[in-house]
Parts: sequence; structure tokens; C-alpha cells
Amino acid sequence: MNQIPALVRVFAYLSLLTIGGGMAAFPEMKIFTVEVHKWLTFPQLIHLYSVGQMAPGPNMMMIVPIGEWAGGVLGAIVVVLAFFGPTAVLTFIVGRLWNKLEKWPWRRSIQQGLAPVSVGLLLAGCFTMAKGAIFGLETATIAVVVLLLLLNYKINPALLILAGAVIGVLSFKP
Amino acid sequence: MSETDAKLVLPRGADTGQAGVSIGLIFLEFLIVGATSFGGVVPYLRGSLVTKRHWIDDKEFVEMLSISQSLPGLNATNMAILVGEKLRGALGSVAAIIGICLPGAVIMYVVGIFYRSHGDHVWVTAALKGVAAAAVGMVLSTVVGLSKKSLANKLDFVFMALTVIAVNRLHQSVPRTLVAVGLLAILFHRPRKERKENVVL
Repeated sequence: MNQIPALVRVFAYLSLLTIGGGMAAFPEMKIFTVEVHKWLTFPQLIHLYSVGQMAPGPNMMMIVPIGEWAGGVLGAIVVVLAFFGPTAVLTFIVGRLWNKLEKWPWRRSIQQGLAPVSVGLLLAGCFTMAKGAIFGLETATIAVVVLLLLLNYKINPALLILAGAVIGVLSFKP
Repeated sequence: MSETDAKLVLPRGADTGQAGVSIGLIFLEFLIVGATSFGGVVPYLRGSLVTKRHWIDDKEFVEMLSISQSLPGLNATNMAILVGEKLRGALGSVAAIIGICLPGAVIMYVVGIFYRSHGDHVWVTAALKGVAAAAVGMVLSTVVGLSKKSLANKLDFVFMALTVIAVNRLHQSVPRTLVAVGLLAILFHRPRKERKENVVL
């Protein structure tokens, strides 16, 4: 069955939810890609997101494999266009208007008001992901140690994700 | 002027700001950031755009980052759009966003194919458990960092909690949550200094 139209619809919609970061779209990404369209399983979605954090560039390139699995090379290209196109156009337009908006008193109100909501959306995404990624003491310990290290030291997060892979092999290998 | 001779324009673009920057050079510079920015794009962008190329200054960088953060879209791609637009208009934006996306997209394309064929290997599964747990910790640290930076008011934490409850407990969509909690928060932060004018009216 041709999945391309569904890929375009879903990822164009998800695109507009990424306020504060890609993680903000994660709960609904799970609903549409896993539950509604069954392009992949929830563990696969978590794996792709996590591995995607080690790749350079924008940190949501994990959408590429979803597009590829559902619709081949065309699916991969379509997903990138659908996911980055709408926000690119919006940012372009707002960027041009920004100087005029500078004098608009509500601009600051909108920025201040959206800040707690965007942090909340990230946290909600994080909780959704934790439900599938944290089970038992080992995984909880890994998450807490990474959190504490990142809060207290200037370490490249990609290195810590890589370290997570090594610890994973050492502790979960049967 | 030719737009493809990126190498010839390279020394000139360094200090003339937007005037001398070719589309090819914009693409190349964002391609380099896209290929090397492991662990978060923002510091690499600053190093490239502010320190190395002088295409924008620090103040502009912070301003553009704050626009990027309050709009939907990832910081990396929104910054590419804004800086590209500043340097060469719409074409600059297109060159910048393609450049910054291309390397990661190709890498994840290959990773996806590998994962599909070897994802159930015991070693890979074990490694991925660790990777996913570490990623949760990483996202949490982003949440803590952002809330320290941008949540000043106690009520902001209430708005944050309401958002989490709406999405995770009440299973509301993000647009609905935005309309409900976002509007409430925006109204709470409504412009107050302008009140004098309103009183006069």
C-alpha cells in the first residue's frame, strides 16, 4: 500500500509540534507512527530516537529511517521535506517580520508564555520515552548518571550516549 | 557574480559580512556544521557563524536563537533559515537548511538500514537499552537547563506541570494543549508596562 500521502500528512503535522525541541513531538509521533500507521514498534521508535542523538546535525534525523521503512528512498526524502518544510517557511516569514514585531508588546508576552509550555512539552516527551526505555534499576541508574554528569560537567552528550551503548552491552548482554 | 565559485569567495566572505557571501559558501559552511556537530548544533553554529566567518555577531546570534526557540522547528534548522535569509535571502535559507540536514540524514539512512537487518542481534539490543536510557537522561538535562534559563516565575512551573498533565495524563494533542495552557500563560505574561497607555485610552 502506498504510504507516501500518510507520511506527508503525519510528518507535516508533527513538524508544527516541535516547539522547544524535537522531543515535544514525541508523544504524538508515537501515536501516529506506532499506533495508527504501524510503521514501526515503540521500542524501535525509542531506539531510533536515541541512536539519532549520536548523529551530527539536527537531532531529529531519526525520521529518515521511519520514512525509508514505510516508503523506500522516496519515503525518506518525503519525510524530511514534510518535517522540515512547514517550520522552515514559518521561520522564514517570521524572521522577515521580526523587526516589525519588535515593537509589538505582545511579542514578549508570547515568548514568555510559550517558554513554560515548551519546557512542559519536552518533559512530556521525555516521560513518554521513559516509559519504554526505563525498566529496572540499571536503566534508571544510567539515565540519572547521565543527567547528573550533564548538569555538573561540560561533557559532549553524544559521548555519554555512546558510553550508554558500552554499558548496555556490558550489563544486558545475555 | 557566479554563485558556484565558493572557494574563490572564501577569503573575502570572512570580513565583508553578507555582501560577499556566495550561495555555495553558505551551503558548504552549513554542510560542515551538519557533518561535525556531534552532541548539539548550537555551539558549533556559534563557532562557525560568529567566530570563524563573522557573518553575524554575538548579539545577532542570541537574538536569532531566541526567535528559533519560540517558533516550532528545531533550533538547528530555524537558525539555518534565519542566517541564510540574512546572508542571501530565500536562496540562502534553502542552501543553509539543505547543508545542515544532509549529512545527518544520510547517516541516519544508513543506520536505519543497518538497524533493520541487525536490530535484533543480542549485542545490538543490549547496547540500545543503554543508549535509550542515556538519551532519557540527556533529554532531562535539556529540560532542567531550559527551565533554569527561561522559567522565572513560580506560576511558570504550574504552566509547565499543566502541559505535562494535559499531554501525558489527559492524552490531549499538542495543539489543544497549546491553545489551553499556552493562551493562559500568554495572558498571564500580558504586556503590563503598556497599561499606562491603556488607561489614557
